[in-house]
Amino acid sequence: MTLLVVLEHDRGDLADASLEALTAGRGLAAANGWPMHAVIVGANGENLASDAAKYGAEVSHVVGHDMLVDFGPEAWGESVAQLARSIDAGAVMASGTERGNEVLAQIAARLDEPFVANCVTVTPGDPWEITRVQWGGSLLEDTTLVAGMKLLTYGHHSLEPSPADSAGDGSTIAFTPELDATLARTIVQDRTVLTKGVTLATAPVVVSGGRGVGSAEGFGPLEELAELLGGRVGCSRAVTNNGWRPHSDQVGQTGTRIAPEIYIATGISGAIQHWVGAMASKNILAINTDAEANMVVKAGHAVIADLHQVVPAIIDEVKKRKGLA
Amino acid sequence: MRILVCVKRVPAPGAKILVTEDGQDVDAAHLGFTTSPHEECALEEAVQIAEREGGEVTVLTLGEAAAEEQLRYAASVGAHNAVLIPTDGEPWDPQRTARAISQAITDLEAADGAFDLILFGNESADSGGFQVGVRCAYALGRPIVNGIKGIEFADGVASARREIDGGYEVYEVPLPAVFGVKEGINLPRYPTMKGRLASKKVEVASMELQADSGGLARVRLHRPEEQVSETVILGTGADAAGAVCDLLEELGVL
Ligand SMILES: Cc1cc2nc3c(=O)[nH]c(=O)nc-3n(C[C@H](O)[C@H](O)[C@H](O)COP(=O)(O)OP(=O)(O)OC[C@H]3O[C@@H](n4cnc5c(N)ncnc54)[C@H](O)[C@@H]3O)c2cc1C
Ligand SMILES: Nc1ncnc2c1ncn2[C@@H]1O[C@H](COP(=O)(O)O)[C@@H](O)[C@H]1O
Repeated sequence: MTLLVVLEHDRGDLADASLEALTAGRGLAAANGWPMHAVIVGANGENLASDAAKYGAEVSHVVGHDMLVDFGPEAWGESVAQLARSIDAGAVMASGTERGNEVLAQIAARLDEPFVANCVTVTPGDPWEITRVQWGGSLLEDTTLVAGMKLLTYGHHSLEPSPADSAGDGSTIAFTPELDATLARTIVQDRTVLTKGVTLATAPVVVSGGRGVGSAEGFGPLEELAELLGGRVGCSRAVTNNGWRPHSDQVGQTGTRIAPEIYIATGISGAIQHWVGAMASKNILAINTDAEANMVVKAGHAVIADLHQVVPAIIDEVKKRKGLA
Repeated sequence: MRILVCVKRVPAPGAKILVTEDGQDVDAAHLGFTTSPHEECALEEAVQIAEREGGEVTVLTLGEAAAEEQLRYAASVGAHNAVLIPTDGEPWDPQRTARAISQAITDLEAADGAFDLILFGNESADSGGFQVGVRCAYALGRPIVNGIKGIEFADGVASARREIDGGYEVYEVPLPAVFGVKEGINLPRYPTMKGRLASKKVEVASMELQADSGGLARVRLHRPEEQVSETVILGTGADAAGAVCDLLEELGVL
């Protein structure tokens, strides 16, 4: 048996999450006494075999086909399902990114096997014992898995990637799937990059506002503070629901997950679905009139006061220290 | 256009999610229930498409009898038809859920004609399996793309946008098609008084369906370990600004 790890990339640009998948896969393969193989689908993928080897893949299967240039969930799922069958893989896994989960679900549908998304720990045995994420990380579920072929993703950011002690030699095996032309119907047609540089997900500082901000205009000072600190503005769902900010600013379970150096949460109560999006922040400063608010209780630092008074005062002080005022 | 939207009833927790003593479920004794934001947006999108292109929206859920509440809510914001696949209240695993929903869709289509568009949420709010929509689409032999935040139509082709880091990608999918929709695709409306009244009259069709479970069996739910931190209070008014800036300097962001 073999453990097969699906690498995610765009025309040779490897997603960082795949290094997490290889790191987790290496441990899981060792626990099973199986070799780990990587599978690379799409244009320019063969260049990634050396990365896969560095992280412990014994061999990389390079899946080639005219239809496999850019990402397409059906064509990728079908290709990996065919490969997994042909090498009699014991398990197929990926990182729990949007694509990782989608491709594994496609494989699961095709093979009619269970699929366990966003695992945190996986212990092989009879049956396999798995802990996985529910409610976007607010809750954990212990579950058992019985399947011919085990299909799973590891929660993105649930471990730090690390290279293997002894690297593989980077060897590759070509695989050509048989793809029905209709599967071209779900292949990416076009991609547009709108912003380069810091996004909400990567900003070192996020200045966020909740219902307590009170209006769209109320975000002006938060914008100004974020700009002064080289950060981005975030918000809660109460704010997007009111139409005060676009959904792309929303932090949380159904928004963006952030991990800034500091998260400044103003007028946000800290509901669990908001908290899961912010909990990876290295530091949290809550500004809230309610000393009992969940956000305040969970934050490392807090100011218990009206944000409309505190935020302008912070802006003035920042400007002073920066020599701007 | 005939559109189907699949929604799931889930508890609406606040600051914490409590688990029942036997660890089998979320303790919803003191909670209200809701639909996942992704699915609310899927429904809103369906209603907007039907308003724009003409057509009819059917909403479907698999769950306990009380899930009728989510179907009525859907009707109050514009769904025309409602279908419940009743369960005994035990959670069904993703394979079992998908088998029953695919069967229901097949039966509904045999009776009233094919759905041009079927919308799912990207993932359910509670179990987050990321698969029921994909399994159903495959069973029906239809294309599906997840993570969709924009849908437009031209000549029987749906052009669907999906977010990527700092941008988006576009898929052009022929109808009939299936999409997994994400919150942010639109801003769902609130029910009007008229909508609420109308929703009381909508007939909820019940479809009894059985389906086999897959290979996943829940052992228990539990809360992740919480990092408890003493909160340092930096002040109670505008005069906290100095202490806040000291902290920002200490962290190297100022
Ligand atoms: C399945 C699901 C997914 C969800 N996903 C998300 C998500 O991704 N992101 C998200 O944010 N929410 C999400 N929610 C919603 C979440 O449950 C809360 O409803 C939401 O986060 C509340 O937003 P809020 O904190 O801004 O508002 P509130 O809970 O109303 O809190 C407002 C806070 O502002 C404080 N305040 C008021 N005035 C002032 C003032 N002048 N100065 C200082 N403080 C003040 C109050 O004390 C209070 O603490 C989700 C819900 C569900 C069911
Ligand atoms: N019990 C259910 N009833 C109706 N739709 C469901 C149910 N469970 C899941 N779905 C749909 O399938 C999507 C994906 O669910 P999941 O695979 O659990 O993440 C959800 O967003 C819903 O649209």
